[in-house]
Formats: sequence, structure tokens, C-alpha cells
Amino acid sequence: MFWQYGLFYSILSGCIWGVFWQIFFTVVGILTLGTPLNLELSQIMIIGPLAGILFIQSQKFLSLKFHLIAIIAIAFLIFTSHLGDPYQAQDENRLMILLLILFTSSFIWISLNHSLYNLKPGKLSKHDIESFYIKFMWGIGLILLILITLIPFYIMIMTSLKNQQSLILNPLDLSVNLNTDFKTLFNSYIELFTNFKFHLFLINSFIVSCTTVIITLFFSIPGAYALARLRIPNKKIFSGAVILIYLIPSIVLIIPLYTIFSYMGLRNSLFGLMLVYPATTIPVALYMLRGYFSALSSEIDDAALIDGLSRVQIILKIAIPLSKPAIVSVGLYVFMIAWNEFLIAFMFLDDPNIFTLSRGIMSLNSSEIPQQHLMAGAVIATIPVMVIFLYLEKFLISGLSAGGVKG
Amino acid sequence: MTDSINKNKSTLLKKEKRLALILLLPTILIVLSVVIFPLLANFWISFKPVSLGDLRPPKLILKERVKANLSDNSKLIEVHYRYRNSSIKYDLENVIIKDKIPSSFTVKNIQPSRFCKVNLKELICDLNKVSSKSSGKIILKIHKNDQWQKNLDNLKKTKPLVSFRSKNVLTSFEFSTENFKKVFSATEFFEVLKVSFYYTIFGTAGALLVGLFAAQILQKSFKGRSLVRGLLLFPYVSPVIAVAFAWVILFDPFSGIINSMLVQMNVIDKPINFFGQKYADIIIFGYLFKFPLALSMVIAFEIWRYFPLSFLFILARMQSFPEEVYDAAKIDGASPFQQFYYISLPFLIGIMSILFLLRFIWTFNKFDDIFLLTGGNAGTRTFTVNVYEQAFAISNLGAGAAVAVVIFILLLSFSLLFMKYSKKETF
Repeated sequence: MFWQYGLFYSILSGCIWGVFWQIFFTVVGILTLGTPLNLELSQIMIIGPLAGILFIQSQKFLSLKFHLIAIIAIAFLIFTSHLGDPYQAQDENRLMILLLILFTSSFIWISLNHSLYNLKPGKLSKHDIESFYIKFMWGIGLILLILITLIPFYIMIMTSLKNQQSLILNPLDLSVNLNTDFKTLFNSYIELFTNFKFHLFLINSFIVSCTTVIITLFFSIPGAYALARLRIPNKKIFSGAVILIYLIPSIVLIIPLYTIFSYMGLRNSLFGLMLVYPATTIPVALYMLRGYFSALSSEIDDAALIDGLSRVQIILKIAIPLSKPAIVSVGLYVFMIAWNEFLIAFMFLDDPNIFTLSRGIMSLNSSEIPQQHLMAGAVIATIPVMVIFLYLEKFLISGLSAGGVKG
Repeated sequence: MTDSINKNKSTLLKKEKRLALILLLPTILIVLSVVIFPLLANFWISFKPVSLGDLRPPKLILKERVKANLSDNSKLIEVHYRYRNSSIKYDLENVIIKDKIPSSFTVKNIQPSRFCKVNLKELICDLNKVSSKSSGKIILKIHKNDQWQKNLDNLKKTKPLVSFRSKNVLTSFEFSTENFKKVFSATEFFEVLKVSFYYTIFGTAGALLVGLFAAQILQKSFKGRSLVRGLLLFPYVSPVIAVAFAWVILFDPFSGIINSMLVQMNVIDKPINFFGQKYADIIIFGYLFKFPLALSMVIAFEIWRYFPLSFLFILARMQSFPEEVYDAAKIDGASPFQQFYYISLPFLIGIMSILFLLRFIWTFNKFDDIFLLTGGNAGTRTFTVNVYEQAFAISNLGAGAAVAVVIFILLLSFSLLFMKYSKKETF
């Protein structure tokens, strides 16, 4: 059957990669040039398979020179098949269009290089076919995953750097004019920090998150140690209760909390938040730290007990130093929960002077405030978490995998 | 001998128990006061007809004004007390107003004289009952004497004392099942139930499948793998408010990139309101199919935001798998798909079912995402959004609490199911 031959797969992958990169670079062109570009796929559906056939037939004599010639040939084919005017764009963008086509052809060629490598044009074994599928899916899957993950963040940053006029004129123009001065480029950010009290929100968020981390660790370290090491009656029930409590969402608690805190006059205050946040994070931290402490060998504790150390001394001098990385992970995870928390901050805080970032961004969500301010706020809230994440990725990942089923 | 050892042992055990209690006590206290007590309070509220306005307890508002003119020839000073019940719903009972009158003054008369009297230079008005929304005025007339100007300041300085008893719905012992009747009888109840389960099942399963796919891709080592692994976690670690609004702006019907792009490329004729349109009509083979657009978008967001988590767990599990098994399978001639189907998948099924159950619970509990994306409109109202909608948008706290009770009961049954299954697989 035809689907047992390598040639068929070269045509198939040529077609799919061709269409994929054509769409991709058309979108890139639209976003960087800011002008409408016409997307036509019929030509590439012929050129792509041709490139695939070329690749699979010439596997034996691949060289750098050959690669370059092939890429230029594909680019030439794309150019002429569109009658010399691909994308039907204006003349002033000619150079950029040429560059786009060159990119398209080289990415098609590189992708083919990856997915068709070592594939014979003739009859294939089942193993070869499946290997091809896996390679092909791997390539397309990886690119799609990265794109889908990053696009919203890209939009967030680009929108925050635009001004109102250009956004309304052409929402597709996400090019950033690097010739503009700092002030106009970062206008939204400057505006947020001068007129919208974002410096306060940033400080408030830091205060609340750090306090939450400190309180949580202060309570959960001894608690987790007790659960891991000491003989307690009904330990299992207690541990089960910890998990159950950890599964209760804040939406179930928000009405009574709102009511009680309103009566006590704690609602519209950062103190109220610092009371609620640790209560929601302590069970998670307890659950995570208990696991870490149980993994430590109990012989060290026994030896220390014989040497005359008290349990409290053991916690301070042995358990904490030994599980420092674990405590950092838990701390970071709790910081992330507190920093990102939205519902309680949204329900509790009314006074703009004590807004946290989440609450502050919510207040930007109105038709009177331009979109780029909202996105600038989003970027401001995201950057600290990202910085922490990139610096301490290892710790946070281990924190996420230990307690990350929440959230 | 053994006796004393046993005795020592038991005292040691007692000591340990006491220490454990001390170590756990702060945790227990804070969780009791901020989680368990509110949970019980939620049950309490759900049986009461409470509205948001009831959170401000009814009060008697009293204003005192002294009317005395220097040039006025009249021999009297008038003191006006205006009072008003702040509540529009509840009466105030046993209302008593007291105010000191400086000793040099002599009172001529009081209006209304029925309620008020002057006793030992103190004005006492027993108004008994001030019904809701009502107000009134008490006028006290005092003779001017020689030092009246000096004493006037004293009169102004003393603040009138007010005491009253008001009914508080929250603390009274009246209960009704009105809220539950309202929640269950509403035609939207089944709609909400359906949407909640659609959202939860498809969101959880989708995130799990994409996570599995991502883990398969990232298992192969390649240049920049750890960077990509970090990138893929971005959606999960960034604040929900930031990414939700980024999605809203991305899909905005007027200035969103997706819409302008689709229009530009002639895929659609006019912009689609992705988060505001309940159904999109899709014609397949001449058959009109109503596609729940907004709900699908919300589910897509859920998958996008939470696939990193499943991905992380599955990848961790896969990396703990002995490589030799695959080598052995290769020697036996197993094809790549067979290797995946017969070796990887059975190995991963345990963690995946646990992840499914746990994520199912969390997705079911999810509020922020839907609230920020659609506000629960356009057919995306789940139970959690309904809590907010009832309690704070319609300001019926009782009904909101009743919905929260429904959530809690469903949650409890899921959790018990989870506990039962997770015993087999610990992580």
C-alpha cells in the first residue's frame, strides 16, 4: 500500500510543515509589519511536498552547500508561485517579505531534516513508520506547546508597551518602535506607578506574602515534625483531616469569613489577609513538610535524644538544617500562593491604599482605563514570580511536585 | 524492674503526647478559627434569610443641636435631638436616650412629654420602639440664666447616651430552609450542575492529556530541555489575574489579535465574542450544531493553565522508570507505539488516576478563572461562581451559603473517594 512507502511520508510531512510554517510566518509578518498580509496556502501545499521529495531522494549527498541551495530554491519557488507578490503587501515592505519567505523555506527544510532523517523512500517497516510518526509529532508538538504557552505572555508585554491610539488604529500591529524614547515606551508603567499607586500595591503584596511565609513556616515546621516523629494517638485521622482541610476551597469559606470579618472590623485590612492566608497555607505546608521529615532517618533523632537534646533542640539543630532545601521549596510555594491569591483580596479590600497587586489590577479592569494599563499591571504582578521562579526553579519545582496538586 | 521500665515508658509517652500537642496547638487553633469555624458558620448562614445589607447592624442615629442666639431676646434655649433608625428592615426596641443637663439650667418643658422626663438634671427618654425607617425629634426647652453662655458649652460637650436592642438575624435562633428551596427549585440549578460537571470533566481530562503529551515530548533529551521545561510551567506559576486578562484581551472582539487576524485572513467575516457568546452555530453536513463557545473557551483556559502540573508529575514519574525495560522491549522487537502502550502507559496509569481525582476536586472548586474570564455569563456559571453571584451580586448571603453547602457536600464525597483510592498509591 502507498502508506508503507517513505515517499508518501515525505510528501505528507512536506505538506504539513509547509502549511504550518507558512501560517506561522504570515502571522509573524502581520505582527511585526503591522500591515495586512494575505494568507494563501494552495501554493505551499504543492511546494512543501516537492521539498519533502527533494529531501528524501537526496539523503545520501547532503552537505552544507546542498542545504543552502535547497533553501534558496524553495524560497524562489514560493516567490514565483505567488507571481512575485506574495502576501500582496505594499512595496515598502519588500525586503521584510523576502526575509519572511527565506525564513519560511529554511524552517520547512530544517523541519524536514528532523522528521525525515534516515528515512528511505522505498518500502518501510512498521518500526520505521512509527518512528517517523513519533519524530514528526515530537517536532510539531514541541513547537505548538511552546507557542501556545508563550503567546498570552507575549501579548501581555507587547500590549503594555503600546499607546491607546495605535491599539485602536490597528490591533494587529504589535511591533515596538525602538526609536521612541523610554518615556513613551513605558508610559503605562510610569502612569501606574505615579497615578495608580502601584508602588503601594507592590509593597503591600510583598508584606502580605512574606508575612504569610513566615507565619506558615513558624507554625508548620513544629507541627509537621510532631506528625512525622512523635507518637500521637489517632495520628492517621489527624493526617487525613489535614488533607481534607487542604482540599476546602476559599469560595466555600468566603461568605462566613466576609461576615465575621465585617463584624470584627478586620475585613478591610491587611491584618485580616495575614490571618486568612496562613490558615489556608498551613495545611499544605504541613502536608509537604511531614513528607520531608518522615524521609529523614529517625536514628539521628534517637542519637540526639540519648545525647541529651530536647525535642525542640532537635527541631532547631537537626531537623531544620537537614531539610533546608525542603523548607525553601515550601516557603517559595507558599509565597507563590499568597502572591497570586485573588478571591480573598478582592472580597476583603476596599481601600486603595492597602490593595495588593491582584486587587489593584482588578480595579484597572474598567472601560475607562485603557487596556495597556491593565496589561502593564499584569506584567508588574507577573515579573516578581517569574524572577523567583527562574532563579530558584529547582526549589520551586520540587515544591510544586510535593504540594502542587492544590491551586 | 519491668514495672519501673513500663512506668518510665508510659511517662515518656505522656511527655511526648504533651509535646506533640504543644507543637500542633497553634496550627490547630488557627485552622479551627479560620477554616473550621467559618465552615460551620456557613451552614448556619445557609439556614437564614440574610442579605448583604444585614451585615450592617441597625443603629439609632442621633444628632444634637443647640439653638440659642446671643441677640435673641427670648428667655429660652432650645435643644433639638433628632433620631433615626438606620435600618430599613428591622425595628429597634427598648430605645433609651440619656443626656446630662448642666446643673445651672432649669428645664421648662420637653416635647414629646409622653416619653421623656428630667431626673436629677438628666434627660431620660424612653422611646420604647423605633420602627424601621422611622425618625423623630425631641425638643428640650431650657430657661436662660445669668451664666447661660458658659454653661452652653457644657451642654454641647456632654454627648447623649443611646441604648437600644435590635434584632440580629445572624445570631437569632430562627431558621428556614428558604435558601435551599430557592437553590434547588431554580430552573438554573440543573444548568449550573451540568456546566460544573462539563467544566470539571473536560478541563481535568484535557489538562491531563496535554500534560501526558508534554511529558512524552520532554522525556527525550535535547538541547535546551530544562529551559523548555521552565517555560512550560509559566502559565501555572504566574498570577491568575494576569493571565486571565491576557486571554481576555487576546480574544477581545474589538481589539483582540485573534479576531483581527481571523478577519484579516478571511477565515471569519465578523469578529467573534469568544468569552461572551453562549453558542456558536456550526454547520456540519447540513446539520446545525450548537457549539458551547464560551464554556469551551473557559475549559481551554483551564487546560492551558493547569497542564504544566500534570506534566510535571508525569515527567517526574517517567524519569524514575528504569531505562532497561525499554531496552529489553526494543530487543524483543516492540515498536515505539507498543512500547508506549504496553510499558509506559500501565506504569503511568496509577499516578494519572490519582492526578485525575485530585485535579477533579480542584477544578470543581475553581472560581477565579471563570469569574475573571466571563463573570459566569454566557453559559459558564458553575457552582462556585453561583456562590458569588447569589451572595454578592444579588446580595443574598443566605442563598450563596446554601450553594456553598452543596459544593461542600459534593466535595466531601469526591474527597472520600480520593482517600479510598489514594491508599493504593502514595505520593
